[in-house]
Amino acid sequence: MTEIVIAGVGQTEVGEHWEISLREMAFHAIEAAILDSGGVRPQALFVGNMLASQLSRQAHLGALIADFAGLTGIEAATIESSGASGGAALRAGYLAVSSGQVDAALVVGVEKFTDQVGASVEEALSSASDSDFEAVQGLTPTAQAALLMRRYLSQYDVPREAFAGFPLVAHANGAGNPKAMFRKAINAEVYNRAGMVSEPLNMFDIAPNADGAAAVLLVRQGLLPDSYPHQFVRVVGSSLVTDTLALHDRPDPLSFQAVRLSVERACRQAGLTPGDVDLFELYDAYSIYAALSLEAAGFAQPGQGWKMAQNGDLSLHGSLPIATMGGLKARGNPGGATGVYQAVEAVLHLRGTAGANQIPRAKRALVQSLGGPASSAVTHVFERVN
Amino acid sequence: MSEIDREKILLKPARPVGIAGYGAYVPRYRLPASEVARVWTNGQGGLPVKEKAVAGLDEDVATMSIEAARNALQRAGIPAEAIRAVWVGSESHPYAVKPTSTIVAEAIGAVPNVQAADWQFACKAGTEAMVASIGFVGSGMADYALAIGMDTAQGRPGDALEYTAGAGGAAFLLGPAEESLAIIESTYSYVTDTPDFWRRAYQKYPEHGQRFTGEPAYFKHINEAGQALMNATQTAPADYRYAVFHQPNTKFPQRAAAQLGFSKEQINPGLLVPVIGNTYAGAAIIGLTAILDIAEPGDRILMVSFGSGAGSDAFSILVTDKIDSRRDLAPRTQDYVSRRTEIDYAMYTRMRGKLVMK
Repeated sequence: MTEIVIAGVGQTEVGEHWEISLREMAFHAIEAAILDSGGVRPQALFVGNMLASQLSRQAHLGALIADFAGLTGIEAATIESSGASGGAALRAGYLAVSSGQVDAALVVGVEKFTDQVGASVEEALSSASDSDFEAVQGLTPTAQAALLMRRYLSQYDVPREAFAGFPLVAHANGAGNPKAMFRKAINAEVYNRAGMVSEPLNMFDIAPNADGAAAVLLVRQGLLPDSYPHQFVRVVGSSLVTDTLALHDRPDPLSFQAVRLSVERACRQAGLTPGDVDLFELYDAYSIYAALSLEAAGFAQPGQGWKMAQNGDLSLHGSLPIATMGGLKARGNPGGATGVYQAVEAVLHLRGTAGANQIPRAKRALVQSLGGPASSAVTHVFERVN
Repeated sequence: MSEIDREKILLKPARPVGIAGYGAYVPRYRLPASEVARVWTNGQGGLPVKEKAVAGLDEDVATMSIEAARNALQRAGIPAEAIRAVWVGSESHPYAVKPTSTIVAEAIGAVPNVQAADWQFACKAGTEAMVASIGFVGSGMADYALAIGMDTAQGRPGDALEYTAGAGGAAFLLGPAEESLAIIESTYSYVTDTPDFWRRAYQKYPEHGQRFTGEPAYFKHINEAGQALMNATQTAPADYRYAVFHQPNTKFPQRAAAQLGFSKEQINPGLLVPVIGNTYAGAAIIGLTAILDIAEPGDRILMVSFGSGAGSDAFSILVTDKIDSRRDLAPRTQDYVSRRTEIDYAMYTRMRGKLVMK
C-alpha cells in the first residue's frame, strides 16, 4: 500500500473577507501549504468548492486557481459535494496519489460567501437539497436541521437547552485558534438568551457562513527529501459514502447512515476502531448534526449524543475532543473549504503544533465533513508516524 | 504620504470660511422602535434605537428645510437677499424633477439673485452641499451660501431600516470666517464606488447590502476620512472637544469613535440617533448643531459624515467667541428633540402614506 503523507498545510483566517476575492484566498492557502511542505511542486490540483458558480458567478475553478497560483498546465478540477466538498476534494487527491498516477496532489478548499448577501445566499445553499421535492417547498438547510432537531427533542424527550454543550465546546476552542472567526468563549446563559433563528435552533446552534481557504499537499512518502521539516502525518483511511439526497426518503431521519458507513470503512482501512482516535473533527454545521454524527459514528447510543457535550467528554482534555480549533461553529463554516480546514487542524494536532489548543500526544485523528443532512459523508483517518 | 502630499489632500479655501448661522429641525412625532418590533417580529430581537422622529402629515423635506433655514438665518443675523446659493441635500426630495431648493429659497426670501440646486449623495448630501458652499464663499464668488441636509427617510415596512429611518436635519449658513460663530479649518473627502445601499429610480424604498453596509462601507470610509484629516492637520483626538459621526444606529458611531480614539464624552452631545432615529442627510449635521448649542469658544469639533455609495466628508471646526451671543437666537436642537408626541404603528402608516388608498 502506498504511504501517503500530508506534507504541507495552509489556511487563511476565516471571516467576512469583503475585499479578498475567491482566487486570492485560494492562492494564500496554496502558497502557505507549498511553503510548509518545503517546496513540493504538485502535479494535480483538486478544488473543493460548493457555491462559486452561484455566489461569485465563477465556475471552472480548476483552471482559474491553478493559473492564479502559478501552476498553469497542471491537472486541475473542481469537486463539489455541498458541505462535504472539501472532504471530497481531499478524497480525490488521496485517490490520485494512491493510484500511482500522481506523485503529489494539492487540495484546496475555498468558499466566498460575501460576494452576495441575504436571500440569494439561502437560495444558493438550498440548491444542495433535492430541488424537485425539498427546495421547491421552500425548505432551506437551516429549516431542515430545525425539523430534525424538533424530531430529536420529541422522540428522545430532551430539552432544547441540552444542545448548549456543543457551541460551548466550540467557542471555548475557537478562543485558542488565531484563524477562527469567533475567538470568544460563551456560557450557557449566553446560549439560552440567543435569538431563535428557526425554532428550535437558536443563533448558537448554527455555524456562521464565512469566507476562507485551506490547502493540503499530499505526497507519496518515499518522495519526500530527508530534509522534510515535519513529523510525518499519513492518511491511513479514506471513505466517501452517500445516502438519499432527500431526507423524506429515509426510514429513520435521525440515523445518519452515511456517517456510520464512512466511519466504519475509513477505520477498517486504517485497521483501527473509532475508539482508537485522539480527536474527532466532526461536522457541527448545526448542533443537532454534531449529536447525530456522534451517535451514527458509534460514540453514543441514539438519543444520547447530546450528553457527551455536557459531561466534558468532548472538550480538549476529554476522552473524545471535537471541534478542537473551534469547529464549524466558532472557526466558521467556509462551505466547500470546511473539510480542508478540518484536515489542516487535525494535522497540526498530530504534528504537535496546534498551539494553545494542542491535544497532548495526539496520534490519530478522525475527520469528517457532511453534505446536507449526511446525504454525503466523507471520513478520513490521519495518523502520526513516529 | 509625504508632508506636502498630506497637505494637498485637504480641501482648504483661499479665503477662510465659517458658520455664520446654523439651525436644526426635527418633527414632533416619535415612533418607538418597540412598535416596529411589535408589528413585525412579535416584539423579539434587539432594537437599534429607542425611537425615531416622523414627519407630520403636512411636512416634507421642503417645509422642514425652511424651518431649519429660518433658524440659521436668525442666528446669522443677515438679510436673506445676501445669500447667493441655497443648496439642499436629501434622499427624500419631494419631486424627482423640480428643485426643493427653489421652494426653500423663495420661502426664506432669498430669490431671485441666487443659485439653487438639490444635492444627492445618500446620507452625505448635506455635507456635500456644505463643502460646495465652502468653495463658493471661499473663492470669493459669494459672501453667503446656505447648505441644508434634511430627510424624511424611507424604510421598507418590516425591513431593518424601518426601525431607524427618521426625519430631521439642519441648515448651515456659511460666510466669511471673521463673521462666523465657528471656523471651518479644513475638510477632507474620501470616496470610492462601494454599493452598500441604493434606491433606483421609481423605487419607493431603498435596498441595502445587509452586513456589507458595515465594515467595507460605513467603518472603512469614516475611519479613512477621519484619520486622513487628523493626519493632514497633524491633530489627534485629544485636540477635539467634541466629535460627531454619521449615525445610522446607536452602535455604529460609538464603534467608529472608539476605533478613531474618541471617548464617549466627546461624542455623546452629538449622538441623537437613539431618540430621533437616522435622519440620513441630516444625521451627522444635526449632531453638529446639538454640539454647537453647548460648545464654548476655542472648542474644536471633528465631524465625519458618511454617504452610501460611498464616501465620507471630514471637517475640522473651531468655535469662535461669537457663539455665545448667537446660539439662543433660535430654538436649540434639544428643544426639538424634547418636543415629542408619541404615535403607534397604525398612525405611522397613515402619516407616511403606507396605506394604499386607490
